[in-house]
Amino acid sequence: MKFKFLEHTADVKFQAFGKNEEEVFENSADALKEAICDKKKIKAAEKKDITVEGGDYESLLYKFLEEIIYLLEAEDFLISKVKEIKIKNFRLKAVLSGDKASDYNFNNEVKAVTYNEMFVKKIKNEWVAQVVLDV
Amino acid sequence: MGLKKISDNTYEIFEEGMNVPARIFASKKILESVEKDRTIEQIKNVAKLPGILKYALALPDAHQGYGFPIGGVAAFDMDKGIISPGGVGYDINCSVRLLKTNLKKEDILKKQKEVVEELYRKIPSGVGRGSRLQITRKELNNILEGGAKYIVEKMKMGKTEDYLHMEEEGCMEDADSKKVSERAMNRGIGQLGTIGAGNHFLEVQYVDEIFDEKVAKSFGIKKGQVTIMIHCGSRGLGHQVASDYIQMMEKEYGFQNLPDRELINAPIKSRLGKDYYSAMCAAANFAFANKQIITHWVREELVRIFPKVKIDVVYDVCHNIAKFEEQIIDGKKRKICIHRKGATRAFGPGRKEIPEAYRKIGQPVIIPGSMGTASYLLVGTKKSEEISFGSTVHGAGRVASRSEALREIKGEDIKKEMNEEGIEVKAGSWKSLAEEAPEAYKDIDEVARVVDELGISKKVARLKPLVVIKG
Repeated sequence: MKFKFLEHTADVKFQAFGKNEEEVFENSADALKEAICDKKKIKAAEKKDITVEGGDYESLLYKFLEEIIYLLEAEDFLISKVKEIKIKNFRLKAVLSGDKASDYNFNNEVKAVTYNEMFVKKIKNEWVAQVVLDV
Repeated sequence: MGLKKISDNTYEIFEEGMNVPARIFASKKILESVEKDRTIEQIKNVAKLPGILKYALALPDAHQGYGFPIGGVAAFDMDKGIISPGGVGYDINCSVRLLKTNLKKEDILKKQKEVVEELYRKIPSGVGRGSRLQITRKELNNILEGGAKYIVEKMKMGKTEDYLHMEEEGCMEDADSKKVSERAMNRGIGQLGTIGAGNHFLEVQYVDEIFDEKVAKSFGIKKGQVTIMIHCGSRGLGHQVASDYIQMMEKEYGFQNLPDRELINAPIKSRLGKDYYSAMCAAANFAFANKQIITHWVREELVRIFPKVKIDVVYDVCHNIAKFEEQIIDGKKRKICIHRKGATRAFGPGRKEIPEAYRKIGQPVIIPGSMGTASYLLVGTKKSEEISFGSTVHGAGRVASRSEALREIKGEDIKKEMNEEGIEVKAGSWKSLAEEAPEAYKDIDEVARVVDELGISKKVARLKPLVVIKG
């Protein structure tokens, strides 16, 4: 399983999984994409290079997901998928593919990533991230 | 759980580690739903914050949020206290404006379809329907510092009486656009004059019942009259301001001692505390401006359909905000920093903050119901200043998650039900209709009854929807 959505009274909560840091971050981005535009297929027409830094895995994930929301609202870029991702010393470099957001019809507004109930940790052999999105 | 009943509709809890008790205003029925999620845990966490005064308060519409619960109120000492972006919320100044018209219910009923279609076409809602306005960066700076007043006086969208009938007269003076990041501006610049999605909406309503004739008359409200309600906030700009300052405060102060990372804060008088407040005021002004532009477009459109229509602002209230106010705490008048997250100011008669026209009566309080149900117009009271830091509820408050609503309710059925009740509805998607279904919320009539019984605001009128536009 790449990710699953959990119950939350007002907001959207998910858990993402992965065999390493990169994969759990990539799957978190997929969960965010689904929160924004359901299971809609988005063309990989454009690419975006991004770099974000954090003080720990949680702040790194916060910034990474926030960047995806920022690109959507400020640059009309809707993510299709994470093409490449590398994490080292809480510094993340990634290449995202996606398309012009205004060419698609979708209707879920994700306002922000929150730290509420957030964690990123290795449980046994698997990395798990939990995020609550303000919608 | 050690919840103690203090009096009717009032419960309290105090545990080790809390600086003050946490108080919950709820009926027995409401308390049952509040206890189902993490609301009480979250309000207990708020009571642990430094400099908090008297008690941390959860109102009858409270539900689980992030950091602070939604429907949460907390007052802080100006010297020892803190200001917290999570105590305001991401959607800074998510707020509600009520307009009154000289139309009657029957006028709308004759042209209901045209009204819903034209307003939906004219006023962008939902995701990705960007602004119809092209503004420069300089204009955006002016809007962030001038709020609704700038929109009226400089952009000529509306009249002076509009902003005179708003909380803060539509402009928080301490706003400083320089404290708002480039990223926040980039997100907001294309969103001015848009409603957005989620629980935000535009409704054409009629006055279905009057509870207090005298106050209703002072607000210019009578039975059968058509009103319009606009619910939206500071859009991506406000969301980014919150996010930016959460990260800056975390870097500066760390979060190790916090019961919840989302409760990050800064001392009120620290550099970051002051910067956040100035940026928050700027975002609040964006929200005031946003609704002023929407008001202008509503007028333009309705004048086309009803050439003799006259539309005036009744009032505009903030739901997610921190403010410095003078209040009486433990018998002494003092300045405090009040956080209202999903809560409405509800000042009683005499306060200088209330527009002159209403000063003798108390401020109008506007409580939107969930989609398709009634909304309420209330009046602020002295009692609210005594027991709830001059605050009351902001809406019905959710009880069911969005996914639960989606599993059990179909958007198509909601539309059909609303149509059968004589309500025309247009939304961005079936899904957004289902997520906001009335069943996912507390009963607004119960919430209004409880605040009326508590006396933290008194019912004036009930408004029922005729036309609903949702993102």
